[in-house]
Amino acid sequence: MTTAEGLAAPPRAATGAADHLAAGRSRRRRSDNLRGWLYCAPFLIAFGLFLIWPTFYGLWMSFTGTSLAGTNTGFVGLANWKEALGDPQVWSSLANTAWFTLLSTIPLVVVAMVLAVLVNIGLPGQWFWRLSFFMPFLLASTVVSQFWIWMYNPQLGLINTFLGWFGIEGLAWLQDPNTAMIAVVVTTVWWTVGFNFLLYLAALQNIPDQLYEAASLDGAGAWRKFRAITLPQLAPTTVLVLVLQLLASLKVFDQIYQMTNGGPGGTTRPILLYIYEAGFTGYRLGYASAISYIFFFLIIIISIAYMVISSRRSVKA
Amino acid sequence: MSIANPTTSTLSPAVPAVKAPARSTSTRRRRRPTPARIVAFVILAVLALAWLIPVLWAVLTSFKTEAEAAALPVTLFPASGFTLEAYVNVLTEGLVPRWAWNSLLTSALVTVITVTISALAGYALSRLKFAGRQMLITLIVASIMIPGQILIVPLFNLMLSLNLVDTYWGIILPQVVAAPMVFILKKFFDQIPFELEEAALMDGASRFRIFWAIVLPLSRPILGAVAIFVFIGAWNNFLWPFIVVNDSNLMTLPTGLQTVISAYGIQYAQSMAQAVLAALPLIVVFMFFQRQIIKGIATTGIAGT
Repeated sequence: MTTAEGLAAPPRAATGAADHLAAGRSRRRRSDNLRGWLYCAPFLIAFGLFLIWPTFYGLWMSFTGTSLAGTNTGFVGLANWKEALGDPQVWSSLANTAWFTLLSTIPLVVVAMVLAVLVNIGLPGQWFWRLSFFMPFLLASTVVSQFWIWMYNPQLGLINTFLGWFGIEGLAWLQDPNTAMIAVVVTTVWWTVGFNFLLYLAALQNIPDQLYEAASLDGAGAWRKFRAITLPQLAPTTVLVLVLQLLASLKVFDQIYQMTNGGPGGTTRPILLYIYEAGFTGYRLGYASAISYIFFFLIIIISIAYMVISSRRSVKA
Repeated sequence: MSIANPTTSTLSPAVPAVKAPARSTSTRRRRRPTPARIVAFVILAVLALAWLIPVLWAVLTSFKTEAEAAALPVTLFPASGFTLEAYVNVLTEGLVPRWAWNSLLTSALVTVITVTISALAGYALSRLKFAGRQMLITLIVASIMIPGQILIVPLFNLMLSLNLVDTYWGIILPQVVAAPMVFILKKFFDQIPFELEEAALMDGASRFRIFWAIVLPLSRPILGAVAIFVFIGAWNNFLWPFIVVNDSNLMTLPTGLQTVISAYGIQYAQSMAQAVLAALPLIVVFMFFQRQIIKGIATTGIAGT
C-alpha cells in the first residue's frame, strides 16, 4: 500500500502547469486508495461481520455439534450432513417448499400480469386500483396472517359465512391437511401480488404506443394485439418476475409459521421452518446449519441458472 | 437487507428502464366508454373489492364488542353500533404502543445507518479508483445471492457472543447490510456527469465536500427511494427480530403481535384492532408517498426488499 506516501507532499521540482496537474492527479490517485477504503469501511465492517463471517461460520458449525444449550460436542465431521440427507423430515419439508413454490409462483405471475393489463387500459380510478392491489404488500406478515386467520375461521370467518349464504358447508381451511397449503397460497397471492403487478405495470408503460397504432391500422383486434405485441414485449419482465418469485417463494417462512405453524401434521412445513425448529426449539444449531447449507446450495443453483440464461439473452440482444 | 421480508428477493438489479406508472392517467384516461371498457371496469372493480375485503372485514370486526365478534350468526356490520372498545383496550392494556415505538426506533435507525454507509460505499465504488475496487464490487454483487434466512443460526450465535441478544442493537445491526442498495446507489452515482465534480476538484474542494454538497443533493430521489424501501423492510421484518428478541418489552410490532395471536387467540375484536393499528402507519406512508414508492419499486425494488 502506498497510502502513507500518498498523503506526503508531492515533489515540488516541476513548476509548469501541466506538470502541476499531473502531480495533482497522481497524488489524487494515491490518496484515492486510502479514501476509497475509508469510505467503504463502515459498510465493509458490517458486511464482513454480519454477512460474510456468518456465511463461513455457519458452514463450520454444520461440521460441529454446537447446541443452543451451550454444550458443544466439537468437530463431528460429516455426521450432521449425513443425518440431514437421511432425515425424512428434511425431504418432506423440501417437498412442501417445492409444492408451495409451484402453487404460489404461477398465480403470482399470471394474476399480476392480468391485473396490470387491466389497470393499464387506463380506466378511471387509477389511484384506487393501485392502492387496492398493492397495499397488502406493505403490510407486515403478522398483520396479513391475523387478517386471514380471521377470514378462514371455521365458525366466525367471512369465507364460511359467505359460503353459508349459498348453503355450502364450509371447511376448517387451515386445519384440514387437504386445504391448508392452498389456504396459505391464497393468502400469499393476496399479500404479495402487488409487487409483481407494479413491475408489470411499469413494463407495460414502456411498450411504444406506435406498435399498437400500427397493429390497429392492420386491423388487429384487442386479443391479437395482446398476443402479438404485449406478451412478447413483456417477456423479459416475465423472466425476471418468475425468477424473483421462485427465489422468494422458496424462502417462505413467516405466513406459514404464523397461520399453521407447519401443520396439520407437517403438511405445510417449509424447509426454513424445519431449520428454525431444529436449531431453536430442538437446540441443535450444528444440525440446523447443515440443513441451511443444503437449502443454500439449491438457491445458488437457481440463481446461477438465471444468470446464465439472462446473460445468454443479453448476448443475443 | 440481509434478513428481509420473504416476499421478494434479491438478484442482479438488471432492472428494465422504467418510469413511474403515472403517465398513462393523463394521456389515456379520457376516452369514450365503449362496451369493452365497461366490461373491463366491472371486472377490475370486482377484483379490487375482493382485494379489499379482508381488510374491510378486519376493520368492521375491530369496531365490534368482543361478545358480538364471537356471536353467531355472523353479521357484517356491528349491530349494536360501532364501538372503540377494542382499540381502547389494546392501547391501554397491552404492549402495542411500546412495540410501535420499538418498531419506529429500530426501523428509523436501520434506515439512517443503511443509507449512510451504503451511500458512502457506493460513492467510493463509483468515483474513487482505489486498489481492490473491482474485487469489492464483485464480492458485493456476488453476496446478493446469499439468502439472509440461512444465516439465522450463525448470526444468532454471533449475537450471543457479542451480548446483543435481547437488545435494540441486536435487532438493528444485521439489518444494515444491504448489498443491493450499495449497488443501486453506485449505479446512480455512475450516471452523474463527472464534470461537475471535476470543476469543484479544480477549485480545491475536498472529496467529502463534493460528495456532501454536490453528489448527495443530486441523488435525492434515489436516496429517498432507498430510504423508503429500507424502512418498509425493517418495519415489516419478522424473522430476525423474532429470533433475536425474547423480552416482550423489546419486541417490534410484527413479533409482538405474533405472541398475542398465540396467547389471546379468542379475543377477535382486539386482535383485529391490533392488526389494523399495526397496518395503519404504512398505509398512511403509502398514501403520502405513492408516487415515490411506485417509482422506487420500478427502479430499486427488485434488488431491494
